[in-house]
Amino acid sequence: MASVSDNELNEMTQEERVTALGMRTDQLTGRAMAIEFNPDEEERFEYPWAPVVDFNKRTELDVDDMTTTEANEKIRALMEEGYGTIVIKNPRGKHSLGVGILSKLNMIFEGSLGYFGIGLIDGPNVRVNGRVGWSCGENMLAGTVIIEKNAGSTFGAAIRGGDLVCKGSVGSRTGIDQKGGTILVGGDTGALSGFMMQRGRMVVCGNAGKNLGDSMYDGTIFVGGEIQSCGVDAVEAELTDLDKAWLTRKLTQYDMMPKQGVDHFTKIVAGKQLWNYDNLEANEKKLII
Amino acid sequence: MCGIAGLIHRGKSSNVGSEMTSMLQALKHRGPDSTGYAVYGQGKDDEIVMRFVLAEQEDMSKSFEMKDVVAERLELVEARLKQHGVTVNSREQVTDYAHRFTISQADDMEAMARHIEAIEGVEIMSLGNGLELIKDLGDATVVSEQYGLNSFQGTHAIGHTRMATESDVDIRSAHPYWAFPYNDVSVVHNGQITNYWIMRRQMERFGHRFQSNCDSELLAVYTAHNLADGVSLEDSLRRSINEIDGVFTYLVATKDQLGMAKDTMAAKPLVLYESDNLIAMASEEVSIRAILPQEIDTYDPYDEEVRVWQA
Repeated sequence: MASVSDNELNEMTQEERVTALGMRTDQLTGRAMAIEFNPDEEERFEYPWAPVVDFNKRTELDVDDMTTTEANEKIRALMEEGYGTIVIKNPRGKHSLGVGILSKLNMIFEGSLGYFGIGLIDGPNVRVNGRVGWSCGENMLAGTVIIEKNAGSTFGAAIRGGDLVCKGSVGSRTGIDQKGGTILVGGDTGALSGFMMQRGRMVVCGNAGKNLGDSMYDGTIFVGGEIQSCGVDAVEAELTDLDKAWLTRKLTQYDMMPKQGVDHFTKIVAGKQLWNYDNLEANEKKLII
Repeated sequence: MCGIAGLIHRGKSSNVGSEMTSMLQALKHRGPDSTGYAVYGQGKDDEIVMRFVLAEQEDMSKSFEMKDVVAERLELVEARLKQHGVTVNSREQVTDYAHRFTISQADDMEAMARHIEAIEGVEIMSLGNGLELIKDLGDATVVSEQYGLNSFQGTHAIGHTRMATESDVDIRSAHPYWAFPYNDVSVVHNGQITNYWIMRRQMERFGHRFQSNCDSELLAVYTAHNLADGVSLEDSLRRSINEIDGVFTYLVATKDQLGMAKDTMAAKPLVLYESDNLIAMASEEVSIRAILPQEIDTYDPYDEEVRVWQA
C-alpha cells in the first residue's frame, strides 16, 4: 500500500480515508453497506432510511394467523405509516418475531415468543409480557428489551449495546460473547454464562450455574446469589462504591432491586491470564495505525 | 436437529393421539423426514399389543412381487407366534406393511420377539400392555391419519420428528425406540452421542441386540439394560448423564411414568410446562402452544437436570 500523508488524509472523505488506510478494499453495496455515522451531526444515531414514527400513535396487531415473515413485514409497514407504539397480540411462541428493527419504536408483545425473538435490533424499546425462547435479543446494538417471565438459553448472545432485562430465570450460556451493553436477570442463570465475554456488564440477582465467565476477556459480571463454579480465568474482584451505585441505579430503574440491597453481590472479572486481546473498537484502531 | 415432545395427564386419560399430532405438527420444521409416536393407552393386564412392520415403506414400491413377499412374511409371523404358544386375539392391518395384533402372554417374551425379528424385513415396533409405537415417513398429520391416531385415548405420550443426520431415512432409524425386550418402555432423543460405539460394544457384550446404526437406539437399549437390572427410571436417567457423552436431551416413557434428562452442557433445547393435571414438554414453545392456547408459564430445565413424572 502506498503511503499516505496526513495532509492527504485530512482532505479525503471518511469513506476514501478508510479505503486508503487499507481497512477496506472492496466497495460494499446493498444490504452489506456500512454506515459511517458522523459524530458532529445532531441526528447522528438515525439511519437514513429510518421511518419517522410518533410514539403517541398506537395500534394493535394480531399475528395469530400470520407467518413470521408476514408478521415482521406488517410491523415494518405499520412503522412506515408512522405508528410508534405497536402492541402485538397472540405471538403464540412464533420464532424470530420483531427482528432487525433499526429505529426507535415501542413494541409490546402480549404473549410468549419462540427462538431468536427481537434479535439484531438497534433502538426500539420492547416489552414481552410472556416468556422468550433461545437467543432472545441476539446481536442487539441499542434499545431496551424487558422480558416479564423466563427466558431460554443464550439470552443476549453477542450483544453490543442496550439494556436486556429478564425478570424471571434464564437458561444456559447467557451473554455468551457479549461485546457491550447490559444484561439484567432477576432470577437464576444456567451453566457457562458470560462465556467469552468481551465487554459490558451482566447482573444476575439469583444463582449462577457452573463455569461462570469461562474464558472471559473483559467485562464484569455481578451475581447476587451463589455461584456453582467460576470458569477458566474468571476471578472474583472487590465490589467498589461505584459498582454499588451503578447496580442500585440499574436495578431500581427496572424495578428489580433485591430487598437486601446490593452489598451482597459478588463481582467477577477476567483474570487476564489468557490475555491476547485489545478491547478497542474497529474505528478506534485506525488511530493507532 | 430433531423435534421431541412429551405430555402426561395426571390421573386421567385424554385424547393423547390428537394432542401429540398437534404438538408434532408444530415441530415439523425441526424434522421433516419421519414422525414417530409412542402412546400409552389403558391396556388389559392379560393382553399384549404387538405392532410390527413387514417391510420398509420404500420397499413396497420396488417390485410387484412385494405384496406376495409381505404375505409370506405375515404367515411366518403367525406360525412363529403359534410355536411360542401365543394366541392372537385380534388382527388389524394398518397399512400394506404395518400390522397391529393383540396377543396373549408368552412364556418367554424376549425369545418370541427375537424369533419373529429373525424373519427378514420384519421389525417389531413395540410390545406391551399399554404402549403402542407408531413411526413412519412423513409429517405428523400424514402418519396420524394413516394409523388412525386421532381418536387414541391414553394417559401419556412421547413423539419425535426426525431430521436424519447420521443414519438413513427409513422406519428402522426413526424414533421412538422401543427398549427391546423390555415391555412398555420407549425413548425419543434429540442430539448426538459421541461415545456411541464404546457404549454399543459394552451393551452388546451384555447380550443386547441393535437393529440400526442410529445413536438414539443406544439410549433405549441402555435404559432397558438398567431397568432390567432393577435400577429405577430416575437413577437410570441420572446415571446416563455421566456415562453417555455428547449433547442430548431425551425423554423416556414407561407404562406409568415419563422422564427427561439433559446433558452436562444443556446444549439441546427443551421447554417445560407443569400444572396439577398436565405436564407438557417439547423442543420449542410453539409445540406446547399448539395444545395450550391460553397464557401459561414455561421454563427451560438446566444442565444435568433429571425429572420423572407419574401418570
